[in-house]
Order: sequence, then structure tokens, then C-alpha cells
Amino acid sequence: MNRVIAVFTKESFLVPLVAIILGLLTGAIAMLAGGFNPIKAYMALLEKVFGSAYNFGETIRQITPLIFTGLAVAFAFRTGLFNIGAEGQFIVGMIASTAVGVSFDLPAYIHAPLAVIAGAVAGGLWGSIAGYLKAARGVNEVITSIMLNWVALYLANWVMNAFFVPAGQQRSEMIHDSAVITIGWLSTMFDSARLHWGTLIAVLAAIFFYVILWKTKSGYELRAVGLNPHASEYAGMNVNRNVVKAMFIGGMFAGIGGACEILGVFHYQAIMTAQPGYGFDGIAVALIGGNTPLGVVLGAILFGILTFGAAGMKFGAGVPVELIRVVIASVIFFVAAHGIVKIFVKPIMKKKKEGGN
Amino acid sequence: MDWGIILSNLVHDTIVFSTALIFASLGGLYSERSGVVNIALEGMMIIGAFTGAVITYAFQDSLAGGAPWIGFLAAGIAGAIFALPHAVASVTFKADQTVSGVALNFLAAGLSVYLTKIIFNGAGQTTTLSSVFGKWSIPYLHDIPYLGHAIFEAYPTSFLAFIMVFFTWYLIFKTPFGLRLRAVGEHPRAADTVGINVKKMRYMAVMISGSLAAWGGATISLTTTSNFSHNTVSGQGFIAIAALIFGKWHPAGAMGAALFFGVAQAIKSLVQIFGLTKYVPTEFIFMLPYVLTILVMAGLVGRSNAPAALGKPYETGSR
Repeated sequence: MNRVIAVFTKESFLVPLVAIILGLLTGAIAMLAGGFNPIKAYMALLEKVFGSAYNFGETIRQITPLIFTGLAVAFAFRTGLFNIGAEGQFIVGMIASTAVGVSFDLPAYIHAPLAVIAGAVAGGLWGSIAGYLKAARGVNEVITSIMLNWVALYLANWVMNAFFVPAGQQRSEMIHDSAVITIGWLSTMFDSARLHWGTLIAVLAAIFFYVILWKTKSGYELRAVGLNPHASEYAGMNVNRNVVKAMFIGGMFAGIGGACEILGVFHYQAIMTAQPGYGFDGIAVALIGGNTPLGVVLGAILFGILTFGAAGMKFGAGVPVELIRVVIASVIFFVAAHGIVKIFVKPIMKKKKEGGN
Repeated sequence: MDWGIILSNLVHDTIVFSTALIFASLGGLYSERSGVVNIALEGMMIIGAFTGAVITYAFQDSLAGGAPWIGFLAAGIAGAIFALPHAVASVTFKADQTVSGVALNFLAAGLSVYLTKIIFNGAGQTTTLSSVFGKWSIPYLHDIPYLGHAIFEAYPTSFLAFIMVFFTWYLIFKTPFGLRLRAVGEHPRAADTVGINVKKMRYMAVMISGSLAAWGGATISLTTTSNFSHNTVSGQGFIAIAALIFGKWHPAGAMGAALFFGVAQAIKSLVQIFGLTKYVPTEFIFMLPYVLTILVMAGLVGRSNAPAALGKPYETGSR
């Protein structure tokens, strides 16, 4: 038990925890300013998420893509890259899986995995464009990946319009049943909440993240490059190749996330007028999770609950759903400026030391 | 069809679409020249568009034509205030400037719609403003055939934007203030040694940045859309960043790039009028600015040199 407490009072846990609390407080202040009751609103949020089997299942659905995009950002971060392009990688993953899901007629045990792999490869390749430009031409990956997000959005819309959207419609044809990855029996158990195999793949992806980075030689290289590219170069590692590899693997996570949304949840792709936002939420998730696989899963659970429960706040306390973006923004802000958080944390740490452990 | 009229309209529309980008990319220029990355331009534009619309709405019955001016002014102030957390995080607390910018973009998107819903009884957008900026015509000059309509008939914000380009160029390259600003962004240690207050300069630069970007946002809500909703700005802040890089962190360059991206937008409607979408899908025209920016950054369309200390927090006593 003491070990558990020790883990949670470590700074790596304390900073995000305090940031979350400060974020919720900021949200509460915004609610008070708007004339709402924050306690009632947060209660309504929890009530929405845990109140019924259907809503609980849908919250799990909401959490799943966040794990993927969180992993995509965190993996790149571990190698010293800021992958702000998970959004675009996610979109490209969606389109690739839709293309495979609509175009082919195959037995389910081939079709569904093929569609997921298509999403993974597409996302990986999209990510590696930014990685390649960084490695080969020294271009800042932050700007290129922002630009690539928009290119992905319009490219996806064009591919949709040109090949998969019937004339006069705003969405593609349905993917074939053999490509669907919905889990029927589980869905029935949760009052037909849209549960799918993607959640399991997400957990496996988090484990894969851990194993490849901390248990393999290639992961050691990736981390070394992230910590100190010059020393790694001197030690004989190929820094450029590792940069491209890291962006490919990161993009792969986001791409699978996009594929699972299509194959497991919607079963078609709609023409997008704006960025769906999963990639940007992924940045928040990765930051909160301290760029560790376990942290990402926990961060995704938190953000999934907040975003899904926001509808409950609207219903139960009249608070506009956009308020939750204010909470998430504040949490990211406080994690980024952890110097501010440390001002709040310091007294707690001090007291503990004086306690004479 | 009269090609003169078509061309005249194209130039006119280009100026209309570029105005917001010019303001915002100039805003980015102040911040980045001082060494602080500003990918929060989008958020700052959103705050400007929102404040401009709401304040104009509040005054439109009592002040009529004066209301948009009050709204525009208020947007600038709101932008500076909104930029303050970015300065606190990145200058005082040495936070990752990109992450802090991401947080502000999130905040602006959420906060503006949240407040809109509170003010307008749950509606996601402001009601259409009855008083917005009208176009100004320069006497005599606007009578010139074609050319008059193209450049001597525009919203007051457009004229102001071009004045700001000149003003910024003068300020950055011809005054002691500009020299200090650039020194802080290129070599903060050296600047500190000669007695320039690095932190103060960066705070000021970030707040000016917020004001100008907010003016860019207000330009949109007070001229072309006449209201504020969640998609009023829709990515123009990111194009402004692209314009800044494309324009090599120089005011005239940024203006040129903004005009170029404005043409891309103006052509969009032209392409639709002529039915050219059969040959060039609109999506590719939408994509153009972003693809070009990537090519510029990759050095395929000329090199782009960022300020040397961009993105690096300054610690007193560090080299």
C-alpha cells in the first residue's frame, strides 16, 4: 500500500494530478461566471457517464481513439519529436480503411484485419512525411505536421468525393459487413452501445509501445536519439533513420485509431467540413500521461469521460458542452507550465518531508 | 465576358480575403522575432472575432456606424489580455511554447462558443450584426476604370492593414525598439549583456502579437461574415503562420504571402463561376497554401531562416 502511495506522490504523478484539479477549478469558475452551479454540473457529468449501461459503453467507445492518438503523440515525443500531426494521420487512416472496406469482397477474417492494416500503413506513411522532411532537410516537424493535417483533410474529402461518395450524398457507401469490427455480443450487453475490437487493439498498442521502447534494442536507440541526438550520433546510431521510424510508428498508432472509428463505430466515412479533433485531444492525453503508455491510457480515460459526460452537463445543469474544452485547455496549459503547478505542489511536498519519512 | 471586370473583381476579393491574414501574420512576426513561437494565432484570431462581434452588438443600437470601431478596438485589447497567459507560461515559467500555444487554441475555441451561448440564450452564434464596416472609396481614385474598384474601394480594415505593414517594417528595422526586439530573438544573451530586458521585450511582443491577431479575427466578423460562430476563423490562424514563414519573418514578405493566400481564396469562387471544378477539384485549391508552405520549408522554393533563438526560453546567465 505504501508503495502505491509513493507512486502517486511522486512528482511525475503529482504534477498532472494538480493540473487536472486546477483545470476542473478553472471550469468551475467559468461556470460560476456564467451563472451555473458547478457542483451540480460535475455531478451531472458523472451521472451521464456511469448512469446507464449504454452510456458507459459509449464512453468506452469515446476513450478508444484517444488512446491511439495519445500513443501517436507520446511515441514521437519519446524520440524528441513533437507530433502535432496525429489529426492528419488519423484522417488518412480513416480513408484508407474506408477504401479497403468498400472496395473489396473478402472473407471477414482477411477483410477486417486488412482494413485495419491499411489504416496503420497509411497513417504511418503520412507521419513519416514529416519525419522525412525533418531528417533530410531539417524542417521543424511542428509546422509541417500542422500543414499536413489540413492537406489530409482536403485530400480525404477529394478521395471520398471522387471514388466513394454516391452523387449528391455527403458520406461514403457503407463498408462491407466482412470489414466491420463491431463486437455484437458485447454491444448487446451494453444496450447496443457501439463497442468494437478497436478497444482491445488500443490496449495491445499500449503494451506494444512499452515493449518496443523499453525491451528492444531498436527502442533503446529511439529513446537515446530522443534524449540526446548528438551523443547518439557519436555512438554510431543513425539519427535520421530513427526520426523517420519514430514518426512512422507514431503515425501508425493514429492511423489504426482512424481505421477503428470507421470499421467499429460509423461503418462509413462522411465528408468533413472541419478537423474531427481526435489528434488534438491526443496531444492533451499524451501530455497528461507524461508520455508513458500507462499514463496515456489513464489520460484517455479522463478525457473520454469529460468529453462524453459534457452532454450530461448540458442536460442536467444547462451548461453548454463547450465548457469542457475550457477545462481541457486549462489542464494542457497547467501541464505545459508546470512551473505554475509546482508553486501549488511545493507546500505538499514540504509537509511530507517534515513528516519525517 | 469582360476580362477587365473579372480581373478587377479578383484583385478586390484578394484584398478582402488577405486583410485578416496580414494582421495575423504581422502579429506572429512580433512574437517570433522576439523568440517566442506563436502557434496560438488561430486562438487569438478567434478571441478577436468573438470580442469584435459581441462588443459591436452591444453598441450597435446606440452608436450605429461607430459601433464596429468600438468592437474593433475592444478586440485588440481582448487579444492582448488573452495572449498574456502565453507570455507568462513561455517567458516566466519557460514552458514548451508549442504546447502552451496549443492550449490557448483549445481555450479560445471552447471559451468563445461557451460565452456566445450564454450571451445569446443558447445559440451557437451571434445574431447578424446590423452595423458592420462599410467599404470606403478613395475620392477620385476610385473612379479610375477597373483599377478603382480593384484597390481604391475597400473596407477600412484593409487600408489599416497595409498601413500596419509599413509601420511594422519601420518599427522593426528603423527604430531602437525594433533593434532590441530582433536582438532578443536572435541572441538573448548578448541582448541581456548590453542591458536589454529580455523578459520585458518578450512580454510586450507576445501581447502586441495578440492584439494584431485579434484584429485579424475581428476583420472577419466585422466585414465578411457579419457575425461570430465556431467556424468564423476556421484555420486562418494557421495560414497566417504559413504566411509568416513563407514571408521569411519580414513584414513585406508576410504581406506578400498573405496576398498570395488571399488570391488562392479569391480564385476559389472564380473557379466555381467558370465551372473549372471539372478540371481542378476545389479540394486541391484549398490544399494549395499548405502544400506550398511545406515546399517552402523543405527549401524547394527558397530558404526560410527563422530567428535564431526561436522557441528557446531564456535563462538569465545562460549562453
